[in-house]
Amino acid sequence: MDSKYYIVLLAMVAIIAIAPLIMYGGLGEDEGYFGGADGAAGTAVEETGYTPWFSAIWEPPSGEIESLLFALQAAIGAIIIGYILGYFQGQAKERKRIENEVKTADGAENTGPEN
Amino acid sequence: MHIMEGFLPWQWCLLWYIVSLPVVAYGVVQIKKITDEHPESKPLLAVSGAFVFVLSSLKLPSVTGSCSHPTGTGLGAVLFGPAVASVLGAIVLVFQALLLAHGGLTTLGANIFSMGIVGPVVAWLVYKGVKKAGWSPLIGVFLAASLADLMTYVTTATQLSLAFPVPTFSAAFVNFMWIFAITQIPLAIAEGLLTVVIFDYIMKLRPDILENLKVIGPKIKEKVQAVV
Repeated sequence: MDSKYYIVLLAMVAIIAIAPLIMYGGLGEDEGYFGGADGAAGTAVEETGYTPWFSAIWEPPSGEIESLLFALQAAIGAIIIGYILGYFQGQAKERKRIENEVKTADGAENTGPEN
Repeated sequence: MHIMEGFLPWQWCLLWYIVSLPVVAYGVVQIKKITDEHPESKPLLAVSGAFVFVLSSLKLPSVTGSCSHPTGTGLGAVLFGPAVASVLGAIVLVFQALLLAHGGLTTLGANIFSMGIVGPVVAWLVYKGVKKAGWSPLIGVFLAASLADLMTYVTTATQLSLAFPVPTFSAAFVNFMWIFAITQIPLAIAEGLLTVVIFDYIMKLRPDILENLKVIGPKIKEKVQAVV
C-alpha cells in the first residue's frame, strides 16, 4: 500500500470519530449523551438491584487528574511507537543507501553479475 | 469493556481469574521463547504493547451517543499470537485499574478474558484464515483487528448477562449488547483501519521480522521489498 493511502484511512477514522459529534450536536452529558459505555453498563447492573461489593482502592480525585493519567497512558504508547518506527525508518534508509553504493561501485568496476 | 470494580459477584471474579491467569502465564513463557528465538522482534513487541496503550486510552464517541474505546490487541495477536497479546492486554488493564479506576482488581480476570484472551484469539484465527485463503495480509489485519475489538465487547456483554440474568439471560444480553456491542461497531472499524496503517508501515520497513515470525510468507516479503 502506498503511503498516500494512509491519509485516506486516517481520514476515515477521523470521520468515524467526528460523525457522532455532528449527529448529536448540541447535546451533552446533561442530556445523557457521550457518557462512557462502562458507566452505562454499571448503571444497568445496579438497576438489577445489585450493590457492588468492592470499590476502587484509589480513584483519580478529579476529572483533571484522570485526564492527566489518560494523556500519560497515550503519551507512553505514542513515544515508544514513534521511537521504534523512526529507528526502523532510519535503518531502512541506510540499508538502501548502502545497496545503492554497492550497485554504483559494481557498475564502475564492472565486477561480475552478483548484486 | 471494563467491568467496573466490584460489579461482578465474587464467584464470577474467581472463575474469570482461574480462566485468565494460566493464559497470561503461558503468554509470559511465549514472550521469553519468541524473543530468545527472534531477538530482532523485541522492538515490535514493544510497539504492540505501546499500540494497546494508545488505543485503549482513546475514548471515542459512537453513533449510539455514548463513548467507548478500541482495544489495540489485534496487532500484537497477529504478530506474536494470542497468548502474548494477553500479557500486553493485562499490563494495560492493571495500569487502568490501579491508576484510572477503570475496571478493577476484582474484575481484572474478567476484563483480561474479554480484552486479552477472546479478542486476541479471534484476531489470530481470523488472520490465519485470511492468510490460508491467500488474501492480502492487509485485509487479514483489518478483519482481525476489527473483529477482535468487536468480540471483546460481545464477551463483556455475555459476562455481565451471565452474572446478571435479570429478568432472563437473553433480555439482559440484548440490553448489554446494545450498551457495548452496538456502540462498538464504528469504533471496531476505526481500530481496523488504524491497525492496517501501522501494520503496513512495519511490513514496509521490516518485512524480514514479519517473515521470521511467520506473519507473512516469503512471496509477500519479496513483493513488499520490490516496491520499497
